[in-house]
Amino acid sequence: MTQALTDSQALTDSQALTDSQALTDQAGGTLFRFATAGSVDDGKSTLVGRLLHDSKAVLADQLDAVTRTSTERGFGGTEGGIDFALLTDGLRAEREQGITIDVAYRYFATNRRSFILADCPGHVQYTRNMVTGATTADAVIMLIDARKGVLEQTRRHLSVVRLLRVPHIIVAVNKIDLLGYDEAAYTEIADAVRAVTAELGLGEVHVIPVSALAGDNVVDASPRTPWYTGPSLLELLETLPVVDEVESALEAFRLPVQLVLRPQGAVAVPAADAPAFRDYRAYAGQVTSGTVRVGDAVTVLPGGAGTVVTGIDFAGTALTEAFAPQSIALRLRDDLDIARGAVIGAAGTLPDPTKELTAALFWLDPRPLTPGDRTLVKFGANTVQAIVTAVTGRLNLDTLEQETAASLDINDIGHVTVRLAAALPIETFASSRRSGAFLVIHPQDGATLAAGIATATGVPA
Amino acid sequence: MRTPPVNASSVLAATPNAATPAPATPNAATPAPATANRAGSHRLSQLDVLESEAIHIIREVVAEFERPVLLFSGGKDSVVVLHLAAKAFWPGRVPFPLLHVDTGHNFPEVIAFRDETVERLGLRLEVARVQDYIDDGRLHERADGTRNPLQTLPLLDAIAAGRHDAVFGGARRDEDKARAKERILSLRDEFGQWDPRNQRPELWNLYNGRHTVGQHVRAFPISNWTELNVWRYIEREQIALPPLYYAHDREVYRRDGMWRATGPVSEPRTSETVETRTVRYRTVGDMSCTGAVESDAASVDAVVREVALSTITERGATRADDRISEAAMEDRKKDGYF
Ligand SMILES: Nc1nc2c(ncn2[C@@H]2O[C@H](COP(=O)(O)OP(=O)(O)OP(=O)(O)O)[C@@H](O)[C@H]2O)c(=O)[nH]1
Ligand SMILES: [Mg+2]
Repeated sequence: MTQALTDSQALTDSQALTDSQALTDQAGGTLFRFATAGSVDDGKSTLVGRLLHDSKAVLADQLDAVTRTSTERGFGGTEGGIDFALLTDGLRAEREQGITIDVAYRYFATNRRSFILADCPGHVQYTRNMVTGATTADAVIMLIDARKGVLEQTRRHLSVVRLLRVPHIIVAVNKIDLLGYDEAAYTEIADAVRAVTAELGLGEVHVIPVSALAGDNVVDASPRTPWYTGPSLLELLETLPVVDEVESALEAFRLPVQLVLRPQGAVAVPAADAPAFRDYRAYAGQVTSGTVRVGDAVTVLPGGAGTVVTGIDFAGTALTEAFAPQSIALRLRDDLDIARGAVIGAAGTLPDPTKELTAALFWLDPRPLTPGDRTLVKFGANTVQAIVTAVTGRLNLDTLEQETAASLDINDIGHVTVRLAAALPIETFASSRRSGAFLVIHPQDGATLAAGIATATGVPA
Repeated sequence: MRTPPVNASSVLAATPNAATPAPATPNAATPAPATANRAGSHRLSQLDVLESEAIHIIREVVAEFERPVLLFSGGKDSVVVLHLAAKAFWPGRVPFPLLHVDTGHNFPEVIAFRDETVERLGLRLEVARVQDYIDDGRLHERADGTRNPLQTLPLLDAIAAGRHDAVFGGARRDEDKARAKERILSLRDEFGQWDPRNQRPELWNLYNGRHTVGQHVRAFPISNWTELNVWRYIEREQIALPPLYYAHDREVYRRDGMWRATGPVSEPRTSETVETRTVRYRTVGDMSCTGAVESDAASVDAVVREVALSTITERGATRADDRISEAAMEDRKKDGYF
């Protein structure tokens, strides 16, 4: 049993939830973001619904509403017939079709952590929405229907997760109830999954036998799987480290400039203070990685000029240091030509801006990509024109090997070379998840065509 | 341990105390503790993370769009977004106007608060009035008397008239199951419609605001905040709100399991008994369909405590119009509502 529940056993159900929320917030508990993934119908929404319900995060009126709808729709499950998937499948079309179409975001807290969960669709037609949910995730729960094992969509989603470098992967082997909680059947699937994740070069994965429907190993360890001695799903979610925090603290300081704050008289400070702000100029943005302190030497791109940080402002408070992901405004010693799109970084750490990129693309649009296509690339606060100079390959989801390809179709994971109209300080995604990702955008209608990940910069060898 | 409060009044109040002027020389900054939770630990509190995310979104929209506007009703969520905007552009002014779609079914103290806030910050307020549309026949009063669904047309007209290409709103994903599906930047077609089956992917924190002529974007900076986050933030930042968010005595009667206030647009039926109760509002909206909850939470910390212990969602407790059908919010959003 988890700490969250032990501590609150003496309380009523509602108090259990809310006191733990109160504690989490007061303690400034960490935010942990996770997403679901896997093939259609393998029980993602049911699992997160179960997780929300069993961790007491479903309020009475919500529970009433889904209970009513479950009954109306003739849901025949256990537990008074509640279809837990309805807690996240909130759209009319989703309820009619019994599938998830777009990501649902839900929020809950335990004594240890606050969670933002993104319940993603499994249907191949909505893979773009799964990618949406996965880009911001600290962990992905990959579901597998125990009766079906690893499917093409499982491999696709695992490939996405690897491409995005999602820090933690939890594999939930679901519907274990339908296999009579059989250890041998579970072990077979767990081994098959580990073989695939090893082939994909994914590191450690946590595999858990669960039944979303019956609640086994979701919040509490199940007596029906005595052969499984690992943590429950919730225990894992509560204890996995927030890698993003650690990684970004180790990386060099970066601030993409969103805009220049230069009020020039139009100030929101008292008249008496206004003169002090007459020449105020600061560069606003969100720290993407590292730490900056007043007095630090920094470099500014484009141009490469060096200067010194003279102030770090946050809405009227002067800070001595700032770190990711704080939104701040930096004041610099020298009057440089800095506009939106500039990047300020720790002196000597910024990459050479490049016009040539080698990248992996997750193609999200029904219109195929062919070499020579003109697109836009959005990186940080920059949007520049780009030409896809070559499609160099595509991932074959059966063999998990690269195959040659002349174009990329929707849901393909492909490799391309791109030429940019202006040099950008893109870094490889392998060196920084925060400075190596970009969007590919349609130049006319503005559609987001692909998630892009820089694999190498400069002219390809 | 809590983040040292950035003095809220320095951002939004009439007489800011001690906004730190920008020092002219390096290193002359008043040493203030960084927003770190624990000394030496580079970890932000949950509220700090949400705040920085919201400020990032607000700045992106202002940088990438020509004519943003903020939907401002005087309700707590829009007040929080305005506060975040003020912080995002400090020491400058909030660089966009406000828009209120006025149902005409208002709580007088909310309108007073709205006007006072606008005046204090020196901002421009556009008001689109549902009443004007009813008066000249462009809209008809509904049989049930509620006007929330009638806001859509005046809203879309005001967006078109103001040539607004981006519209900030204080909607949160935890409010409703349809809002749980909403993007942070949500593209709307020329009819203002939301197409939940065909939303643009939203990857990392790279927001794509590209749109074609006639389209606009709705931006929701506090998408990821819960009701409790909002109240903790109001407490931490000492943000002023209309008084009806705190416990007060009011003449009310019971209808549909909620306490309705008596008033010109919410007369009790003969079968309904009016009594005086100590109540507060968890949301403010069309007075004819917004209910109060019984509460003695008269201060912000009491409200925080109450919200943390609540067993009913905010809209479930207070909005009669959402009970009309299972997908009331989704249907309104598809029609261009926020
Ligand atoms: N027996 C059994 N059935 C389950 C279990 N989990 C889910 N189901 C059923 O599997 C079906 C699909 O469940 P969902 O939760 O909607 O699946 P999903 O993965 O969210 O589907 P998409 O989001 O559309 O990809 C439903 O009929 C569930 O009741 C389980 O652990 N055991
Ligand atoms: Mg689902």
